[in-house]
Amino acid sequence: MAINHTENQPLIELQGVTKVYGTGQAAMHALRGIDLRINEGEFVAVMGPSGSGKSTCMNILGCLDTPTGGIYHFKGIEVGKLTRTQRTRLRRFYLGFVFQGYNLLNRTSALENVELPLIYRRVPAGVRRARALKTLETVGLKGWESHTPGELSGGQQQRVAIARAIVTEPAVLFADEPTGNLDTARSREIMDLLSGLNRDRGITIVMVTHEQDMATYAKRIVHFLDGLVAVDKQNGGTT
Amino acid sequence: MLWTTIVLALREIKRNVMRSFLTILGIVIGVGAVITLVTIGGGATAQVQQQIASMGSNVLMVTPGKRLGPGQSSNTPLFKVSDGEAILRQVSSIAAVAPVSSQSIQAVLGNENWSTSVTGSDNEFFRVTNRPIKTGRKFSDSELRGGVAVCIVGETVYKKLFGGQASLGGNIRLEKLSCQVIGILEAKGQNTMGMDQDDIVVIPLRTYQRRISGNQDVARFQVSVQQGASTEKAQQDIRLLMRERRHLSQSDDDNFNVMDMKEIANMLTGTTQLLTELLSAVAAVSLLVGGIGIMNIMLVSVTERTREIGIRLAIGALESEVLMQFLVEAVVLSSLGGLIGIVAALAGSVWLASVLRVPFVLNAGIVVIAFLFSAAVGVIFGYFPALKAARLDPIEALRYE
Repeated sequence: MAINHTENQPLIELQGVTKVYGTGQAAMHALRGIDLRINEGEFVAVMGPSGSGKSTCMNILGCLDTPTGGIYHFKGIEVGKLTRTQRTRLRRFYLGFVFQGYNLLNRTSALENVELPLIYRRVPAGVRRARALKTLETVGLKGWESHTPGELSGGQQQRVAIARAIVTEPAVLFADEPTGNLDTARSREIMDLLSGLNRDRGITIVMVTHEQDMATYAKRIVHFLDGLVAVDKQNGGTT
Repeated sequence: MLWTTIVLALREIKRNVMRSFLTILGIVIGVGAVITLVTIGGGATAQVQQQIASMGSNVLMVTPGKRLGPGQSSNTPLFKVSDGEAILRQVSSIAAVAPVSSQSIQAVLGNENWSTSVTGSDNEFFRVTNRPIKTGRKFSDSELRGGVAVCIVGETVYKKLFGGQASLGGNIRLEKLSCQVIGILEAKGQNTMGMDQDDIVVIPLRTYQRRISGNQDVARFQVSVQQGASTEKAQQDIRLLMRERRHLSQSDDDNFNVMDMKEIANMLTGTTQLLTELLSAVAAVSLLVGGIGIMNIMLVSVTERTREIGIRLAIGALESEVLMQFLVEAVVLSSLGGLIGIVAALAGSVWLASVLRVPFVLNAGIVVIAFLFSAAVGVIFGYFPALKAARLDPIEALRYE
């Protein structure tokens, strides 16, 4: 896959993206035509009420789902024209995911969970282990490597999930309500961690949340309403 | 790539010991049962063949009547000693002929009383039936000619009456006949039908005719054919000779039987083999049921693991990689089941063989077939459910609860 990415090109560009679930009378229009550009290094919070299409948009951005209409460019590549395998490779090499429900493998140690994406990247065992350990340390889980998700608290599980997402050093980190299952104190820790990663490592972060508190950590906030972008502003001022 | 997949698959199996164990249990039992039954059946067949070989090679049995064993029609003339002499004299490839008559009898020594069988024959009996004398001697010519009351006893009779004490030269009583023990036969064990071949007393034929049966008849001849000579030819020659001696016309059926040990062997091994095949068929059904068990558990386990598949797809696993992982898991599991089954079956067969006193005959073919079947079950039943799950959109698989 050839990536012709240039400086002035946005990392992510959506043009009139729509998503329809079902057909005919029962058709549900989740996205009605989204235009969105996200540049490298941004920290974007996507907000909106339930059913406004923010999660659907996120799944399309993460190449987990395909749009019904419109065009999605990632690093200048038209994602809609890629095959399933090519989209998987895109996820494997450029994208990282953090979900509200953590989505860790059960009965699998934190270390093994973090190693998983590296296995699919064919990283040799020794390097893999070293990187996974280092990343777990970064998210503050040194000493918890051999614990399974069942033995970790929600906040710790989400840290493992974040470690798993960033261990590959992705171009973009997609986080779908990463603090949705956590109390305020744990939520703040997670948000500090994310904004730190954005600030220090320059990882682009796109985060879905419905909590205003969490959105304030982002540099830019996009509001969704009824499948359309309602407000798009820099944090502190409208663009 | 393949190595990584195998490592991943082994990790998954280790992580879910209970699920893995239940999955392979059916295969273990099925493979174990098939191999054990085929092995024991093969051992039994081999044992029958061995025993028949030990009855004496190139042995023919000439009996009156139209069938083997009792139930001859009453008007069938029996044999005389002269018939045996004629066979030996006129059929060129014959090595020895032993006339044999026998019946059951009560043997008594002091207070000991034992129900056994008495056989009247001559010294050829020991040669034709391949039964050497362990201690003592054969009959002398004068004893044979004069119908003297001497006997050679089998191991069982010796133990029952004498309690194992050396007592050659002593007398035992066979009903009204008191006879001197001059030899002991070498032990031979049970025959194919489970009869104790050592439960026997042999006396000279003439003694038998005069003192026990009271007639001049001979119940059957056991004939041994010369080494290298054709048994079929000898069989045919004896048949023609006996037809002539019994004055049978062209249209008459034989009123006697000339049986080859091979025929007897085939008859007996045929039964054992049929039984083995039947039991193996039952075991094969259990293997099939085991396969269906694997299918069910694979189906459930893949459905249950749809979310795991979603996670793997989301973080960059290709459909083919996920599929390969499940496939390897299934193959490793069912092969493991097959291997455990094989080991269990071999251990079980060795044990059973010693308990049932049959030789342990390993049938490599069935081991290979059973193993391949178990692996194939894994591939087929692991593949399709995994294919279904791996083709889901990652987001659908992730939403699956």
